Amino acid sequence: MTETSAAPAPVRTRPSLRERIAAAWDSDIAYSFRHSPVTIVAAVIVLLLLFGAIFGPWIAPQNPFDPGSLNLMEGKTAPLTPNMFTGKTFLLGTDDQGRDVFSTILYGSRVSLFVGFAAVAFSMVLGVTLGLIAGYRGGWLDSVIMRTADIQLTFESLLVALMIFGFTRTLIPPGSQNELAVPVLILAIGLAEWPQYARTVRGVTMVERNKEYVQAARVIGLHPAIIMMRHVLPNVLGPVLVIATLGLALAIIAEATLSFLGVGVPPTQPSLGTLIRVGQEYIVSGEWWILLFPAVTLLALALAVNLLGDWLRDVLNPKLR
Amino acid sequence: MSDGRALLEVEGLRRVFDVSKPWLNRVIEGHRQQFLHAVDDVSFAIPAGRTFALVGESGSGKSTIARIIVGLIAPSAGTIRFDGADIARIKNPSEMRQIRRRFQMIFQDPYASLNPRMRVADIIAEPIRAFGLLGDTAAVQHRVGELLALVRLDPRDGLKYPHEFSGGQRQRVAIARALAGNPQFLVCDEPTSALDVSVQAQILNLMRDLQEQFGLTYLFISHNLAVVRHMASEVGVLYLGRLVEVATTHELFSAPRHPYTRMLLDAVPDLAMTGRVRTPVQGEIPSPIDRPQGCHFHPRCDVAKDRCRTEAPAARSIGAATVRCHTPLGA
Repeated sequence: MTETSAAPAPVRTRPSLRERIAAAWDSDIAYSFRHSPVTIVAAVIVLLLLFGAIFGPWIAPQNPFDPGSLNLMEGKTAPLTPNMFTGKTFLLGTDDQGRDVFSTILYGSRVSLFVGFAAVAFSMVLGVTLGLIAGYRGGWLDSVIMRTADIQLTFESLLVALMIFGFTRTLIPPGSQNELAVPVLILAIGLAEWPQYARTVRGVTMVERNKEYVQAARVIGLHPAIIMMRHVLPNVLGPVLVIATLGLALAIIAEATLSFLGVGVPPTQPSLGTLIRVGQEYIVSGEWWILLFPAVTLLALALAVNLLGDWLRDVLNPKLR
Repeated sequence: MSDGRALLEVEGLRRVFDVSKPWLNRVIEGHRQQFLHAVDDVSFAIPAGRTFALVGESGSGKSTIARIIVGLIAPSAGTIRFDGADIARIKNPSEMRQIRRRFQMIFQDPYASLNPRMRVADIIAEPIRAFGLLGDTAAVQHRVGELLALVRLDPRDGLKYPHEFSGGQRQRVAIARALAGNPQFLVCDEPTSALDVSVQAQILNLMRDLQEQFGLTYLFISHNLAVVRHMASEVGVLYLGRLVEVATTHELFSAPRHPYTRMLLDAVPDLAMTGRVRTPVQGEIPSPIDRPQGCHFHPRCDVAKDRCRTEAPAARSIGAATVRCHTPLGA
């Protein structure tokens, strides 16, 4: 059969970078993005906060968690008002320890975003894997996985996260609790959210597995794991992306809630939630900026991520087009 | 091309699907278990280099047979011998891969049978890589270009995604993928029924050319008698999972033995305008869950006798044809 036709092999000219950018600019998603001002604003906010979080240590006027750089005399300075002792002004004021609120927000959103992304990645990997297996294999394995997910979904996910957090902490020796607080938090929030992914992925997988391209792959004799990874997974990623974006906002808020309750990150590496908890102690005594600015940052972050998720859901939903 | 040796032999093939409600519902609501007899005691053999067609209405079990043969569905009973080897008895995975390489399938819907997220070249290369036929990337690419040319597409089309092609072009891609492993036997499950009429003939002629070129053996599944007549050397007529008549194409179209075959032929539109009066198909195929007693066809048969209502007819030979009927035509 090989000697039958001396056809030229396909020329593997991948499109150039400029062509690819042009194609991306013309795509439906880019078009919808360009014509949605709300989404553009949301994306700008998310990018600014991401930029601030990533480059925080270089942007921040001070390292608020290095005791050497703090001056107690500068405590509780109002925003844009010169300190009565040193004469220094702070953009967003300082807290009781003399920490620059702008710097704490940069450092705090770093922790919040890291925990949020890591928790989403963890629950996504777990949920997508279990959902793929449940949907593709079916049978008793499907029942076991999905009933577990159903049972977990009957509890409020924050409650589940609290339970997992509390349970895991008892397993950790007291000496290393502070270092392991962030991983434990990621584990707790991630474990609380996996059923969302599993349910969606299972549903889409059950549709895809009966399509003929999956059957064609089975006729070739590919291993089920390869079929799931190479054929089914790319076709279920659309809805997963939407849940992951919306889940990021949820995870950030969950982390903030846990930290606000005092069970999240340790005081040595505070997140936005911790800052809000600390700040609310001063709201009655008039130092409103300690609470307000971290809270507004958290609100803007969660809202912007949510708006992006909503937009993504609409764009990827063929029924709405 | 054909030496009369059977490449594929199917014997006593049976497939029953359990379509009962869940156990708890059955107990509470008092329902009995329900079974769908999709394929019931089907036997046929396909000589190498020939085309055997299975025809029948929707729900007659055509696609189930195709899927059993390529291993997508396990049979409830019966044996499938490919080149003399019983497929069900092969336990060794590497041996199974060797067998799988030798038979492939072309699906009905070219819009569903190609992964929308993969480039055409990768789709066609997948069997080559899966069977480990060619080692290095350059050789695989060259082979993919060859296969695309073989199905009369431009080798550069390999860089495109399936949605950039028309239905006919997609089916060509699917044929190229099926041929990628150098198979001997192709199961074609209504390969043209999703295509425009103008494209159907191109695909069918391509398949015939490929058959001639590579000595392929086809199991061709269709509900379109004109297509079957064009493609097949032998035809099996399915009714509710049973093979009611097997005959050579010429024999079947000139002298149908089973009343059902005759009914199907009478219903074909008369394009030659000979003035023949068409008889529309009477009634509908009964549910395969609740099948009629005796001969399944008796409620729609105009020559049915009392015996047909109680006793299922066994297969018997009349001339060159095998018929399951108590009152065959022309006997």
